[in-house]
Amino acid sequence: MKRDLFGNAMGRLTHIVAYTSIAVIALIFVFLFLEGYRIFGYEDPAHLFFGTEWQPTSENPRYEMLTLIVGSLFVTLGAMAIGVPLAVGCAVYLSEIAPQWLEEILKPAIEIIAGIPSVVIGFFALVVLAPLLSQVFGIPSGLTALNGALMLAVMIIPTVETISEDALRSVPRGYRHASLAMGATEWETIRQVVVPSAMPGIGVGVLLGFGRAIGETMVVLMATGNASMIPTGFLDPVRTMTGTIAAEMGEVARGSPHYFALFMVGCILFLISFGVNLVANQFIRREDR
Amino acid sequence: MAKLIQFLALFCSILLVSGCMAQHEGKLKIIGSDTMVILGQAWAERYMELHTDKTVSVTGGGSGVGITAIIEGGTDVAQSSREIKESEIKRAGANGANPVKTEVAYDGIAIIVNPSNPVDQLTIDQVGAIFKGEIKSWGEMGGSDGPIGIYSRESSSGTYEFMKEHVLKKADYAPSTKYSSGNAAIVESVSQDKTAVGYVGVAYAKQRNDVKILRIAKNEGPGYLPTKEAVKSGEYPIARSLNFYTNGEPKGEAREFIDFVLSPEGKAITEELGYFG
Repeated sequence: MKRDLFGNAMGRLTHIVAYTSIAVIALIFVFLFLEGYRIFGYEDPAHLFFGTEWQPTSENPRYEMLTLIVGSLFVTLGAMAIGVPLAVGCAVYLSEIAPQWLEEILKPAIEIIAGIPSVVIGFFALVVLAPLLSQVFGIPSGLTALNGALMLAVMIIPTVETISEDALRSVPRGYRHASLAMGATEWETIRQVVVPSAMPGIGVGVLLGFGRAIGETMVVLMATGNASMIPTGFLDPVRTMTGTIAAEMGEVARGSPHYFALFMVGCILFLISFGVNLVANQFIRREDR
Repeated sequence: MAKLIQFLALFCSILLVSGCMAQHEGKLKIIGSDTMVILGQAWAERYMELHTDKTVSVTGGGSGVGITAIIEGGTDVAQSSREIKESEIKRAGANGANPVKTEVAYDGIAIIVNPSNPVDQLTIDQVGAIFKGEIKSWGEMGGSDGPIGIYSRESSSGTYEFMKEHVLKKADYAPSTKYSSGNAAIVESVSQDKTAVGYVGVAYAKQRNDVKILRIAKNEGPGYLPTKEAVKSGEYPIARSLNFYTNGEPKGEAREFIDFVLSPEGKAITEELGYFG
């Protein structure tokens, strides 16, 4: 009887905790939106979302955030293109091929990457990688989308690798044995049986990596040059949503159009992350089935 | 075990006492201009050597951050490399704050290029036109043909505001402008980029021999490097005062610190760092 009471109380407590976290997220969005929507009083939506001039401190200020959205997506997708194959390859190697002793060295090494402060990675990009890129590609400045994408690629590897590896490991032993027993080679087993069965999990890893990359601030602020132009290639500088908020929020007068515009940028960023997480959730559900 | 507890008790009481002392004795908080951080820290260090019972903490963030902190009561002194704006005075009024300026040093803003660039001198109008994106090639100014890589501070910087106001004449920076969050990052980029032009506080450019400081001319007349004489006489056209803002006339701890900064010893530190006292 006593235990039951305790159990009920704990059950209720966990309910409350769960609802609280949902409430917090909802409140954050409401707060962002309440501050952000007031920008519509100063800039019409067509310009706001599809214009390409971000000149918030101008005499004739323009708050057009397409360059920022494109900038963020550019760097993030670049990072995915570089980082995901490396991370998934790494996960396959560690879960299927690597001998135990090597795994014990590689696994912590990858986890250490996650522990490097992003400002250190940004500093590396600014001082080491940028000059290197400018030499390699013969461009005047290495502060480009590529510079940011390379660094973000490194940063998403631990996220994508860990989740993909878990997914690969949770493929039942029986699948592998069955495939090998049918005469498939080890490589064929990995390519045609193990990886496809782990696909939903790998998809989740990729999406969470995307969320990690698009939310990263310090690295892109230091590495990408922050010029607010629509980039024509990866060797152009870009200005990201996160970098813009970080660089400009410190100075902005509270209650000014610029302040509202930065909150609207925050809203967009939130919606993108939220959307990505929703899709990731769909994957998880499909995996459960 | 008993010893451990004794030790912990002693340790905690020391923490407590020192905590209380720090609150009662002179603890001065200074926030603001990134250009002035080095300067503020050098003053603070010497000041604390002279008065071992006082603590002065100096942090950056940008002039706007400092002035906001004065308005909202988050600091004792704000360092600002620009004048307070109308909008900020209004906000201060609404918050019941009264920011008062004290000029503590003078600074020239150096226009820097890569050492490989043959250009040595520009007029102030040319500098403005470059940053506005109206002049698109170094060829137009005696350099080698090719695009110009423009480097600016972020908009939270007082130096950014000063350039926009006095050199760009309130026009916008070119869309291709790359923004860096500090003086050091700009010097770093300009030293790497052969097409670059950037602006930084003189102190930051002087420390480095891998960037070239340009002579700047008013539109008629000879060009000057940002030396002490040229800055204080106004012959060097891109110069400004560096200021402390306090809430009301400075008094108490803030007054003492400002007196030190303006003393011959304080000014010696100012000059040592490449600013002008």
